[in-house]
Amino acid sequence: MIEAELLEKRFGPTLAVDGVSFAVERGEVVAFLGPNGAGKSTTLRMIAGVLEPDSGRAMVAGLDCALNRREAQAYLGYLPEGAPAYPAMTPRGFVRFHLRARGFSGAGLRHAEARALELARLGSYAERPIGALSKGYKRRAALAAAIAHDPPVLILDEPTDGLDPNQKDGVRDLIAEMAPKKAILISTHLLDEVEAMCSRTVVIAGGRITADDTPVELALKGPDGTLGGAFRALTADALRAEDRANRALAEEREGAA
Amino acid sequence: MTPLIAVFRRELASWFETPLAYVFLTVFAFAAPSFAWHAGGLFETGRADLAPMFDYMPWLLVVLMPALAMRAWAEERDRGTLEMLLAAPIPLWAAAIGKFAAAWAVAGLALALTFPMWIAVNYLGAPDNAAIATAYVGALMLAGGYLALGQALSAATHNQVIAFVLGAGACVLVTVTGLPFVLDALAARLPGAVAESFAELSALARFESLRRGVLDLADLIYFLSLIGLGLGIAIAMIDARRGGGGR
Repeated sequence: MIEAELLEKRFGPTLAVDGVSFAVERGEVVAFLGPNGAGKSTTLRMIAGVLEPDSGRAMVAGLDCALNRREAQAYLGYLPEGAPAYPAMTPRGFVRFHLRARGFSGAGLRHAEARALELARLGSYAERPIGALSKGYKRRAALAAAIAHDPPVLILDEPTDGLDPNQKDGVRDLIAEMAPKKAILISTHLLDEVEAMCSRTVVIAGGRITADDTPVELALKGPDGTLGGAFRALTADALRAEDRANRALAEEREGAA
Repeated sequence: MTPLIAVFRRELASWFETPLAYVFLTVFAFAAPSFAWHAGGLFETGRADLAPMFDYMPWLLVVLMPALAMRAWAEERDRGTLEMLLAAPIPLWAAAIGKFAAAWAVAGLALALTFPMWIAVNYLGAPDNAAIATAYVGALMLAGGYLALGQALSAATHNQVIAFVLGAGACVLVTVTGLPFVLDALAARLPGAVAESFAELSALARFESLRRGVLDLADLIYFLSLIGLGLGIAIAMIDARRGGGGR
């Protein structure tokens, strides 16, 4: 359902994503794991059609996300990093806007709206302005909008970031409930989340994929048999290379000055 | 059309979910008659018409329309909701027109708030109502042109204050090119044909004939072109943010 083929994206002199390839099938929950600045969000944005790759291609349901953007986006639910939403709107209004923009109306809209609000467990908070909600409920409102049209593909960028343990459990339960029928790609840097929710882990560091395994297989790649150890080992080289590049750039600037 | 209507409804609702629209409408409802009475000398002219109000309308719109347009894209960028919009199957043209139409509707409502003055001059005398209606059409078209320019410059930044300053600057520029002192200055420095073409591009000159009650198709086409240009620039600027070498 999701295919990334040699994706590449450059911002000025920085190569943020460098030849990233992986696939996610229906029924899989794949963790896209990496340190801050590794290229996770940029990759997800290319798959969501928010950014176009400089080279390579992203596909959703067999459709090219750059060439057939709107058709691909029709199959997609996307929760951006930070779960942005309109603060003056209520979660119900926000979900309704998303559904209307996707062509829902009448009874179909009302049914999808009620289902999304219920799945996101918004309760009476569905009628309050999003700006007045806690971080957890804001995230649930954005999540409700992302799943409202019951898309077969879900891309969630750090869905539990900043939530308290109870709220995290709520989101994880929801993802587990949806998992059998959807292809779900979750960007995260929380290792407990990977163990709790994901059937496979794709590790990215310095814009490159450094591992693509089940969480158990990935843990075995570390020096101590844990996910944390494997994560540090797989990302250390990229971080060191980044450090070296930053130092070289700083020295070059000092020299020029 | 469905995404366009969805964006239009959301944008229009967003104006009235906060005090923004109410503040804007109140300012306009007081400012337009104040210009007519104090600056235009509505009662001193001894004529039953709204010319004193429409004389100053471009200067009111030149400030208020960029204020109405500044949030169109700058706010979306600042809040991060632009990413969510770009990830939805909404064509950019539908988002731009939906946003523009909602702001234009608010501007239309603001103009409608001056209708009591129209009723009052009918009570006091026998004005040329067709000419007044044409002047209202002109004011609405001028407001649309300024809003589209404002939206284009709102797409250039995530800061609403900068968007307002740039928008107001652009609106002043397309307005003052029609003023005699600017035309004289241009004529002294540029070849005659070039100076004349600048005069033709002036929104003020195009509004002038509509203000006098002359409904000329060329003027309407000018304003529609200005709207199209502004929205086209906004769409191109937002689309450029996707990157990817224009695929």
